Amino acid sequence: MYKILANEPLVPNIHLIKIEAPAIARKALPGQFAVVRVDEFGERIPLTLADWDGEEGTITVLIMQVGTSTQKLAALNAGDHILNLAGPLGLPSHLDKFGTVVCAGGCYGVGAILPVARALKGLGNKVICIIEARIKNLLYWQEKLQQVSDELIVTTGDGSSGYKGWAYDPLKEMLEKGGKIDRVFAHGCTFMMMLTSEATKPFGVKTLVALNSIMVDGTGMCGCCRVSVGGKTKFTCVDGPEFDGHEVDWELLAARRTIYLEEEIRSLTHWECQRWYKPIVKVVEV
Amino acid sequence: MPRQDPKVRGKNFKEVALGYTDEMAVREANRCIQCPKRACVEGCPVYIDIPAFILAIREGNIEEAVTILKSKNALPGICGRVCPQETQCEIVCSLAKKGAPIAIGRLERYVADWELKHGSNPGSSSSLLPSSGKRVAVIGSGPAGLTCAADLAKLGHEVTIFEALHVAGGVLTYGIPEFRLPKNIVQNEVDYVKSLGVEIRLDSVIGKLATVDELLEGGYDAVFLGTGAGLPMFLGILGENLNGIYSANEFLTRVNLMKAYLFPEYDTPIKVGRRVAVIGGGNVAMDAARCALRLGAEEVYIVYRRSRIEMPARREEVENAEEEGIIFKLLTNPKQFIGNDQGWVTAMECYEMELGEPDASGRRRPIIKPGSEFIIGVDVVVVALGTTPNPLVPSTTKGLEIAKAGTVVADEETGKTTKDRVWAGGDVVTGAATVISAMGAGKRAAASIDAFLRS
Repeated sequence: MYKILANEPLVPNIHLIKIEAPAIARKALPGQFAVVRVDEFGERIPLTLADWDGEEGTITVLIMQVGTSTQKLAALNAGDHILNLAGPLGLPSHLDKFGTVVCAGGCYGVGAILPVARALKGLGNKVICIIEARIKNLLYWQEKLQQVSDELIVTTGDGSSGYKGWAYDPLKEMLEKGGKIDRVFAHGCTFMMMLTSEATKPFGVKTLVALNSIMVDGTGMCGCCRVSVGGKTKFTCVDGPEFDGHEVDWELLAARRTIYLEEEIRSLTHWECQRWYKPIVKVVEV
Repeated sequence: MPRQDPKVRGKNFKEVALGYTDEMAVREANRCIQCPKRACVEGCPVYIDIPAFILAIREGNIEEAVTILKSKNALPGICGRVCPQETQCEIVCSLAKKGAPIAIGRLERYVADWELKHGSNPGSSSSLLPSSGKRVAVIGSGPAGLTCAADLAKLGHEVTIFEALHVAGGVLTYGIPEFRLPKNIVQNEVDYVKSLGVEIRLDSVIGKLATVDELLEGGYDAVFLGTGAGLPMFLGILGENLNGIYSANEFLTRVNLMKAYLFPEYDTPIKVGRRVAVIGGGNVAMDAARCALRLGAEEVYIVYRRSRIEMPARREEVENAEEEGIIFKLLTNPKQFIGNDQGWVTAMECYEMELGEPDASGRRRPIIKPGSEFIIGVDVVVVALGTTPNPLVPSTTKGLEIAKAGTVVADEETGKTTKDRVWAGGDVVTGAATVISAMGAGKRAAASIDAFLRS
């Protein structure tokens, strides 16, 4: 059992969850993830570590409420427990002193780039963070990212804040103007990471993406998370999650992420019915 | 032994073999001639005193039978179900030549089930040796790890098992299905190991959360690696990453560990499939095919490149599968998978095979018949070609010699590896093998670790 210390909604649908996990917090490195199983009936889902504190013994993950597991997590309160938590898993990000580095984040990936950006800054890089959201109200963590970057560029799809467009737009602009960028890290949805990789490819700027395949065990046992990188089959959980975005077969990844769409909807409906039903039973018991 | 009717059992996940009644057990025990040869004991990888426990059944002293079994085997309920007795203790039985050998496995299961029904026999503190003050870390809670931990605890050492998954049992939990090995049996045997004083830490991925070296520096006097063979092999042919194609590990883990057969009550889904092809001819292939059938598939094929006699699966399991209606497509090997524009598998192109000269395994080598390609329509495929050791621990442990196949090099008799204070046993050393051979290795390593700790 792992205690939830905080559950804060950051923006609609995205929650910050802080969990007591001293052993994981001591070992965590940027780019790694943990596998969470909320309760006895739960799935095992991977969540990127957005932050951790070795001294305090805590880890922080950002979740986007999409399926049953993330809905269950979002419904927990501080003081509640999750049943299982394994980590830190996956290979850490390959960080070094590159020069000028862009860290692009979208959706829940905005959280995931914080530790990467912080470590890159610590290594003496010039760090430019670019975050994207559909509208202004979905932006979060600007102040936190500001602290770990030399420049923070905010983009919104509707132009309600900052640059009108998506994270790859200002990146492309910089590259087109001849700006020197030595490395790009992108965390976000499949589409965002694909577009970012496509934007940098003509300029030959190495772009590392954190893939979000479906997983079960997260330790290399099942092969559910297999992706094709440079024509070779790799397991996201143990060979990744970070891969060269110019080598990833995006179409395969997108297809494999849809395997359980029907079941995910069915599962969510089942869970919601259970939830509506439960409080009524409690009232009757009182 | 009575079994569920094939038509009924093909639709449920309850145990297929129902076990002996008291009368049946005594009748079978009475057949044992208590011969002086005791070849069965030599045939058993953990040297259970088989004639003695059978005699105890005959005399109606089942409690004594439990004690005899458990003095050598901490997991009799599991072994009685999944050991290949027909190639170990039963094949050398004196009665084997005169017809049917004693059904040793079924009697072992009977005794274990009796214990479960009549209240378990917890590891009483009197059977444990006084504390040695030494600490051992066991990595993995499969058959090798559980056995090694149980023996070390009985010898007075403080043992901690580190398990990566959220339930203990390793392959017994994630791999072997409920209908062949009920999970309450596994849980019961795990509880027995805990009752000996062994601590089991779940969700602990060694190699990530801590390395073997950190365990050795952090107060453990010795480490036993029982991490199994958890890395699935794929065919490496075109279309293998299409949706609907599973490794047997994934398919079985979803069903057994995550209980996808109870979806949506349990959250983990699985694709049921209308026509399912399972590639391979081992026990894991049989398990996957029989799971697919129980999930509701209309047709399930076993696709195997050799003929029936070369199949590595136990004959009993092949017969069970056949009775339940699994269709065997022998001397058949996939060439490529064909998908639709949404990325889902729709068909499999196969070669017909023929058998040539024996290969290194002693079995006749399968050869492609030129121009024999044909198509089988499928919507789910399970690849059950075998597994190799998971590199998580070996790759993060300095000084551990690793063989070409990814297995850890260890002394066959003692389990000692090339690294000081580190032992290994089970599938991580041998590659995928049987539950009982892993238990045998766990036992031998425990003896060697004990000798080291006392020296």
